[in-house]
Amino acid sequence: MLSKRIIPCLDVRDGKTTKGIKFKENVDIGVPVEMARFYYEEGADEIVFYDITASSEQREIMIDVVRRVAEEIFIPFCVGGGIRTVEDMRAVLLAGAEKVSVNTAAVNDPEIISEGAKVFGSQCIVLGMDVKKVAYTERTPSGYEIVTHGGRTYTGIDALAWAQRAEDLGAGEICLNSIDADGAQQGYETALTSLISENVNIPVIASGGAGNINHIYDVLKYAKADAALIASIIHYETYTIRQIKDELNSRGIKVRNTW
Amino acid sequence: MSGISEIYIDKLIAIIDYKAGNLKSVERALKKLGFSCCITHNNEEILNSQRIIFPGVGAAGQAIADLRHLGLDKALKQGFENGKPILGICLGAQIILDKSEENSARCLGLISGEVKLFPSPLFPEENERFKIPHMGWNSVHLVKGHPVLEGIKPADEFYFVHSYYPVPASDKCLIGTTGYGIEFPSIIGCKNLIAMQFHPEKSGIPGLKILKNFCMWNGHYVE
Repeated sequence: MLSKRIIPCLDVRDGKTTKGIKFKENVDIGVPVEMARFYYEEGADEIVFYDITASSEQREIMIDVVRRVAEEIFIPFCVGGGIRTVEDMRAVLLAGAEKVSVNTAAVNDPEIISEGAKVFGSQCIVLGMDVKKVAYTERTPSGYEIVTHGGRTYTGIDALAWAQRAEDLGAGEICLNSIDADGAQQGYETALTSLISENVNIPVIASGGAGNINHIYDVLKYAKADAALIASIIHYETYTIRQIKDELNSRGIKVRNTW
Repeated sequence: MSGISEIYIDKLIAIIDYKAGNLKSVERALKKLGFSCCITHNNEEILNSQRIIFPGVGAAGQAIADLRHLGLDKALKQGFENGKPILGICLGAQIILDKSEENSARCLGLISGEVKLFPSPLFPEENERFKIPHMGWNSVHLVKGHPVLEGIKPADEFYFVHSYYPVPASDKCLIGTTGYGIEFPSIIGCKNLIAMQFHPEKSGIPGLKILKNFCMWNGHYVE
């Protein structure tokens, strides 16, 4: 039986991770390779890196990070943030990432999904969606809208329609981030997650809102997410990945528990 | 440790390059394990190698066309007949069979059998829907032992990404199975050839163990 995946997310700026102040003594704080290796050894099923570097001149630094991570960890990892073209995808994948995630670039030009899938295969292409709850309108019948720029820009695109279109275009997976829940640590947006997960045939990674193990349990069990993205609760050592997985397993959620 | 011998540790591992997928990840894993290898589409280099890794991501039709175009189908067949240890990974575990439902492709026929698409929809079990592709970590039930799988435990899990799966004609070639709505063959093999649907190079410690075992395997296997 397929395991549900637990996926740590690391934000990287100018080649340094931005969270993890209380990180283990033996780990060099802020070094993505060290953190990735730590989580790999702790039992992460996959790792996501978000490059939040502002300027495009710094992209080469991220590519170098990807290259060094690929030499150290032997599980799949995904890189998102600043991927705008098929050439950007190629650089990241050649450097050793298993997957790339596109978000704003796909909103601006959906064809990047189909082009990427055609060149590299659907399994490489993750659609990142930033979503906010809105009124049910003709434009947004699902009651959820795609937003960009950290939630400041409303695109007028319905979240469910966008997820289904991305699947048709060849996205292999969806990373679904609720802007409303993100950072609040009050739980994932489960209504949104089950809406999307039950209406597409590709895996959905729930993102935004994990504050305790119950939240992770709920989104995997009731909202039918295939994977849960986690950040603060492990970066600040509220829990270890082992603790999270042990509890999920004991409550009947199958997760990989030997590594 | 039947079939594994120190004297077979060598540097001549050829990773077959036919433009399909991330060959570098296999190379990096071998490097981590201390084995050197070459990524090549040169027939001579493949025939001179001591063992062959046949990876692959993508569609069967295109992969077979590229292989034939580069003449690599012959190199693989010859390597197989010469008793060279061969490891197929993912698509490389599929196109060694006779044919595939994907693009109705006629394949290499190193092992008799065919490649099938997961039935859609996969029957729901306790309200759980089985999405296709089968993507993520899953366990392997070993039907029989194999030198390359030495030390692999029932609880170990491996990383899969695929929509099609290999079905050898003879149960003699079935080494391991995995459950995903149906129980499908996830490790198959015959003589000096072993192939797995999952990615050992992306499957953490158990995956690296399989790669290491393969790099030390002399190719002998009694079915």
